[in-house]
Amino acid sequence: MKTFEKGKMVPMPSTALIPERDLGKIPVLECYHLGIEFGGLKAVDDFNFTVGKTEIAGLIGPNGAGKTTVFNLLTKVYQPTHGTIMVNGQDTTGKNTVQLSKMGVARTFQNIRLFTDMTVEDNVRVGLHNQVKYPTACGMLRIPPFYKKEKEFHERAMDLLSIFGMQDMADVKAGNLPYGAQRRLEIVRALATDPKLLLLDEPAAGMNPNETGELMENIVKIRDEFQIAVLLIEHDMKLVMGICEGICVLNFGKIIAKGTAEEIQSNPEVIKAYLGNNSMEG
Amino acid sequence: MSSLKKSKLSASAVRDYFSFPLVTAAFFIITFMSSHDMLNKRMQGLLVPVCCYIVMALSLNLTVGIMGELSLGHAGFMSLGAFTGVVVSQSLIDSVPNDILRLVIAIVAGALIAAVGGFLIGLPVLRLRGDYLAIVTLAFGEIIMDIVNCLIVGHDKNGLHIIFNFKGEKTVADLNLAENGTAIIKGAQGAVGTKTIATFTAGFLIIMLTLFLVLSFIRSRTGRAVLAIRDNRIAAESMGVNVMKYKMIAFVLSTTLAGMAGALYGLNFNMISADKFNFNTSILVLVFVVLGGLGNMLGSIIAATVLYILPEALRGLADYRMLMYAIVLILVMLATNNPKVRNLFVKILPKRKSKEGAQ
Amino acid sequence: MEFLSYLISGLSLGSVYAIIALGYTMVYGIAKMLNFAHGDVIMVGGYVSYIAMARAGLPGWLSVIIAMAVCTLLGVVIEGLAYRPLRSATSLAVLITAIGVSYFLQNAALLIWGANFKTYPSLISGTLKLSLGEDRQLSIPYVAMLTVVVCILIMVGLTLFTSKTKMGKAMRACSEDKGAAQLMGINVNKTISVTFAIGSALAAVAGVLLCSSFPTLKPTTGSMPGIKAFTAAVFGGIGSIPGAFLGGLLLGIIESFAKAYISTQLANTIVFAVLIVVLLVRPAGLLGKYVPEKV
Repeated sequence: MKTFEKGKMVPMPSTALIPERDLGKIPVLECYHLGIEFGGLKAVDDFNFTVGKTEIAGLIGPNGAGKTTVFNLLTKVYQPTHGTIMVNGQDTTGKNTVQLSKMGVARTFQNIRLFTDMTVEDNVRVGLHNQVKYPTACGMLRIPPFYKKEKEFHERAMDLLSIFGMQDMADVKAGNLPYGAQRRLEIVRALATDPKLLLLDEPAAGMNPNETGELMENIVKIRDEFQIAVLLIEHDMKLVMGICEGICVLNFGKIIAKGTAEEIQSNPEVIKAYLGNNSMEG
Repeated sequence: MSSLKKSKLSASAVRDYFSFPLVTAAFFIITFMSSHDMLNKRMQGLLVPVCCYIVMALSLNLTVGIMGELSLGHAGFMSLGAFTGVVVSQSLIDSVPNDILRLVIAIVAGALIAAVGGFLIGLPVLRLRGDYLAIVTLAFGEIIMDIVNCLIVGHDKNGLHIIFNFKGEKTVADLNLAENGTAIIKGAQGAVGTKTIATFTAGFLIIMLTLFLVLSFIRSRTGRAVLAIRDNRIAAESMGVNVMKYKMIAFVLSTTLAGMAGALYGLNFNMISADKFNFNTSILVLVFVVLGGLGNMLGSIIAATVLYILPEALRGLADYRMLMYAIVLILVMLATNNPKVRNLFVKILPKRKSKEGAQ
Repeated sequence: MEFLSYLISGLSLGSVYAIIALGYTMVYGIAKMLNFAHGDVIMVGGYVSYIAMARAGLPGWLSVIIAMAVCTLLGVVIEGLAYRPLRSATSLAVLITAIGVSYFLQNAALLIWGANFKTYPSLISGTLKLSLGEDRQLSIPYVAMLTVVVCILIMVGLTLFTSKTKMGKAMRACSEDKGAAQLMGINVNKTISVTFAIGSALAAVAGVLLCSSFPTLKPTTGSMPGIKAFTAAVFGGIGSIPGAFLGGLLLGIIESFAKAYISTQLANTIVFAVLIVVLLVRPAGLLGKYVPEKV
């Protein structure tokens, strides 16, 4: 088994397809031999992957392949048992979720995790937590710079909500939003942390084709406006093949294919993983 | 649709800030009644304790309602505040003759010691979750009570003398106080001979201060972080919110306020023992918070007032009053939490609302 | 010798804690609630057996059976009237209701039996005197021996019950997932009732044994042992039957030694301090499973 040793140069994962515009720049995400075991079971094994500075990349695979586990490793919800994650060229070994957020990794969740009892605007304000700061005492005593900073919170939150045209929902309790709006709010909240890398876990789940189309446009728009990288997990192949520049296919915790949409679509391994050996459904 | 939710939501803010005029009005009415001999002696005696328990309820609501963690040992922090307040006040009797100034110093000291206690206890406690966290707060509450029960403190011209009576063999004589020295806390007997300097006005002021601090806290960057952790810890962490730090801030604020309430409470009685702040007192305050509504500060104030006075009002029933109290408590919980009963209310309420709308 | 006799009194006390803790842990495991009224059921068990023995003159064994019957009924009634309507409510609401039930039982006992404490006639008196060489004698109260034996029997019985019988398996299924158990045709309400019945019967036994060792009986008799047993259940890993057994025994022994060698005043403090340390090292208790939140 290959293991990554610190200090030694490791060859770049072979088939990472960094878009041309990102070549020569430090990739926003590099994973080397990343792996985690749960009681002997290798949930993710030897995961080598690179995402360019402004790339939209996709992580796909059948249910239970370990896609969300990869996200949990990237955000240090789980500490990896093997391998290294580099964010913007910086080693993340020993860092925790909060530090990863500060390094510029933001995520959404497969099973939506909004602050349900807080308003839409307050959800975004929590996302802005490390962007706008003032001491606790100023807040408790209502002394400067409290009002100025809160105004900044409000303005920035409204700006971010306008990405999805959600300003008029600012005062609604997040838990009362319709499903699609909750997914969009999670993206806005993640963007509020000023990420370099945005991880989207099934952003189109439960959306109708119209909404999905809109979402695709918005993901590209977000990438262009914020100049950030997006890594997404998605089962909707129209979305993945439509906007992802690099795609990685995971099965039983291992990468079985990497490449562009066309390469992936014609890869026999991938077809086998998705359809099984003799099944014709799907 | 959304405008309806909007108005509902701002209603909670309106409700919270309505607490200020309500408490102020209550204060002036009660002061007026009291100065015109309209309150009997028993009610007079309840005024300061009610204020203390209101502050306790508000502070515990911060832990249970806002932070979302169950604390079963909040009385321990009240105890820290009470005995600190008593010791400080009694030892400053000569050097600070002004009662009001001394009361302020005692309350600040009580709050500070409770803050330190809250920080030290928070370090282990806040690492745990759910019922495990609850049982450890219970454990700390009992530990504080035991330790205060062992405390013998006296004051003389050389300053403070403190000994711990861990083996049960030491008495006040072991303090070796100089002439004119006084014993302030006598072990299991508690604080004895305290000069009572707590006033209803002071109680009113600390309620207002607590309300202001708690409400401003909730509606600030820090408060939002705490609420976010309560709603979804993992999401809060991935937004870059340091869970331990913000839980600690909320917990220490909560214990500080409890210490403040304790100091005022301790200085309202000329004798008080550590047993007063036992598990049952923690539970009493928890009942105020739950019945008043989690996160509902006005609810805490009303519940604390009504439920503290209720056993007194039921005094006519003599031995049956605590039984009645228990039955009322169970029935209220069933009425507010049973889906069938709640649906019944829901059925009745919108009708009334729509009538109001039509008018 | 002193050491041995402290160990024995610790084991005996620990066995009482273990029996109470078993009731706590079973109810917690299945209903996911902290039944704060459990300690007061112990007190009721103590009073009922006291009345049966001291007032009605019945033999000890019969008084135990009567106490168990009364407490079983009490447990089922409490569950049906106070807890069942709150099955879908928040755990905090159930907790406060349990506290209400606890107040109710204490104050009802106060009204019925008065505030003055009763001296409990021990179930069996006398001590076994073992002489170990010259002038070294070890005396073991028969009550202590009985307590330990009863505790072990209960522990073994419960383990067999939950692993072998249909009802026991239903209990385990309910504690894992009530919804799935219901879909598999298990009557969840009945299973929870049976759990309360068993827990309360155990509380009655614990009450009799507790009062036999510490013969003062008053309406608040059950509170502190209740809290201690709850601590023991958490200590061992709440929800786990062997955990409650182990936690109870350890707690009793620690308390006995702390009283003997360190400080009577601080015995509770030491017990609670040990609990805190254990929970910091093992956040789900000695034998509990720590289940991380799924993301």
